[in-house]
Amino acid sequence: MSPFRRFTTLWFPEVGWRYLVAIAAVIVSLFPVVFVVSAALNPQGTLSSAKLIPDEISATNFQRLLTETDFPRWFANSILIATFSSFGAVFVSALAAYAFSRFRFRGRRPGLMFLLLVQMFPQFLAVVTIYLIFARVTELYPPLGFNSGWGLMLLYLGGALGVNTWLMKGFFDTVPSSLDEAATIDGASHAQTFFRILLPLVAPVLAVVGLLSFITIMNEFLLANIFLTQSPSKTLAVGLYGLVASQRDNNFGLFCAGTLLTAIPTVAIFYGLQRFIVGGLTAGAVKG
Amino acid sequence: MTAVASGPRRSVPRVALSARSTAGLVAKIGVLALVTALAVALTVPLIAEGSWGLVAILVAVTLAIYAIYLIPGLIPAKYLVPGTLLLIAFQVIPVIFTIFIAFTNYGDAHRGTKEQAITAIQTSSVRQVEGAPAYRLAVAVPADDPGGDVVFLLQDPSTGEVLLGTVDGLEPIDAEVSATGGITAPGYTTLTVAEASARSADVQALIVPTENGGIAAQGFSQAFEGVATLSYDPDCDCVTSVDGDVYSADETRGAFVNEEGDRLAQGWQVPVGLSNFARVLTDPIIRANFLSILVWNLVFATAVVGVTFGLGLVMALALNSPRVRGLKTFRALIVLPYAMPAFAMMLLWRDIFNRDFGLINTLLGIDVNWFGDPTTARIAVVLIQVWLAYPYMFLVCTGALQAIPAELSEAATLDGAGRFQNFRHVMFPLLLVAVAPLLIASFAFNFNNYNAIALTTEGGPFPPDSPQAGATDLLISYTYRLAFGSAGADYGLAAAVSVFIFLIVAVISLIGFRRTAALEEINRGG
Repeated sequence: MSPFRRFTTLWFPEVGWRYLVAIAAVIVSLFPVVFVVSAALNPQGTLSSAKLIPDEISATNFQRLLTETDFPRWFANSILIATFSSFGAVFVSALAAYAFSRFRFRGRRPGLMFLLLVQMFPQFLAVVTIYLIFARVTELYPPLGFNSGWGLMLLYLGGALGVNTWLMKGFFDTVPSSLDEAATIDGASHAQTFFRILLPLVAPVLAVVGLLSFITIMNEFLLANIFLTQSPSKTLAVGLYGLVASQRDNNFGLFCAGTLLTAIPTVAIFYGLQRFIVGGLTAGAVKG
Repeated sequence: MTAVASGPRRSVPRVALSARSTAGLVAKIGVLALVTALAVALTVPLIAEGSWGLVAILVAVTLAIYAIYLIPGLIPAKYLVPGTLLLIAFQVIPVIFTIFIAFTNYGDAHRGTKEQAITAIQTSSVRQVEGAPAYRLAVAVPADDPGGDVVFLLQDPSTGEVLLGTVDGLEPIDAEVSATGGITAPGYTTLTVAEASARSADVQALIVPTENGGIAAQGFSQAFEGVATLSYDPDCDCVTSVDGDVYSADETRGAFVNEEGDRLAQGWQVPVGLSNFARVLTDPIIRANFLSILVWNLVFATAVVGVTFGLGLVMALALNSPRVRGLKTFRALIVLPYAMPAFAMMLLWRDIFNRDFGLINTLLGIDVNWFGDPTTARIAVVLIQVWLAYPYMFLVCTGALQAIPAELSEAATLDGAGRFQNFRHVMFPLLLVAVAPLLIASFAFNFNNYNAIALTTEGGPFPPDSPQAGATDLLISYTYRLAFGSAGADYGLAAAVSVFIFLIVAVISLIGFRRTAALEEINRGG
């Protein structure tokens, strides 16, 4: 067989097309990101001057972003709100998943069904009421009201059960209950069994739920946009939106610099926990 | 046997428990102390305000928490309480209230009680009378909240006393008047003329109620007391104007209406039964908007899920082979869009589709007004969402493919199945069972994907005759505009649309889950 024929009949249908698909996918995935990098480094800083390959490179946009806007505050707000909320979400849904996975009690099945149902009415559909309720809360307890991260975090925690609990319960069920029973016989209380025995064993699903909550909250815009109207209290999503809402062309370089800095924590956490993700996502899926 | 066996078994945990659970006891006391402190802190403003109903609820919840954590047993409840409380407070109650509001006419035109509406009608009808005394005026804002409501600092011309004027009325305030006439008061920041004119709409809207009418600003340095041209008469439960018009209270509409059927703008909140739902289904404009948005909403969610799943599956199949070198690098680069902050990338894509400077038009050398035309705008928002979401499907499909036992496809190959047949009849059905729940979840998510619209087209382009419903609007962004848009809030209608969205998503998900269950049964049977 000639080398050419071997290429077309053996290598390409078996392996070659795989490279073609992969390279095409990489190009599609990367080009907007490359554009962000080049616009962030382009000192002219406007949308009209932005190109894939900039003519010159400088850190002007980053300097202006950090000194002329409230970006450092937005960054800190986002990280704090997302970190606290995702830890809180992991904690309360792990507690609930433990109860649903390990105990048989009255109302267990209705409870699980209720979580599934509640999830179909996401919080933001009640956005009108949430606004009205928190207008009252702002009058009564300003630290929990509008322009405060605390109220927003509580709100995010209100949506923490639901899909998270189902995902975790599915994973908890795969841990043999003989382990818990052995611990109980050794004299462990239910709390000790939960914190010392079970939690370390289900670390992968905790990581996945934590990561998904973190990414979701970093990206949450609808509720944050209602809650946080004063610049120092804004999150990255609300702040960066405001930056390009009015001055779209002029602030484009600033915006891209902000996008890059925003990407650092999410990309770092994502690649750090990546090995858990595929397993965690499909473990939940297979369990339904 | 039981007595003998359970004797030693019981005694072991008891010893261990008393030794080990000191830390647990301390933690329990600490948490309960924290709950108590929080409950007290939350109660204080409620008592000050006299909201005894809320105080009672708070006390009951606190006592229930004590009971659950102090009574031995009730173990599942101990683990379910934290999440359930948050769920009830911040999701279930808002949902119930939303359904409740859907049955009222709550909105800008029907904001409060009838008394509040009467006050608002009387003060907003204030007209200046000739020869009325002119107050010296300074426009101010609270010092700790520069974006808050504007207030008037008014110097009485006859006494020289300075009064603080707000929507609630007049009250004396300890203020200083400079030689040039500037008025400053502690706790407030006096605005310059330029600053005040930036908020001139708020300044003009503020009328300080007084006995006979109200005080309104004229310019930014003078204010006049005027008389109300509309006044409420409790005897006939009606509002009469100085021209002799009579507007009687209509308790079913929550508004004052005259004989010609004209109503005064400010009404009050009343239950309106099913009329909001009826408006969605029968009002010609709202129904047309709702139906066209619903159709597009279904197309959007289906297209996004379909395309991302197709692309993700092809890529997962392509990279599911040990013969590809640099597999890990390829995977890491392909999933990058999933790791990037989605909100920022949506804003970026909006600019990539920009007609004048956007990368797409520049690179391809075309001049398409992407967001200006309904069809291209819809294509653009689907493409943007596909870019953001296909790495997720790629990850999911990769995981599902790896979970399929290799023996199955080997067996099929031995039975003489070709590669395509193998995929079509063995791999794909198994894969579908694994990912179907995620496809349904993804559909439900995209059905309400507010960000995908709000951060890109903002619902546009809008037809010239309908500023409320744009070509790319989803039901959720339409609801948001009804509630918070510039055309004035209609919370009742927005809540009714929310209830419809809930019903639609619930029905679709139920059908989806049914079919998934059926799918699973079929595969098990086969």
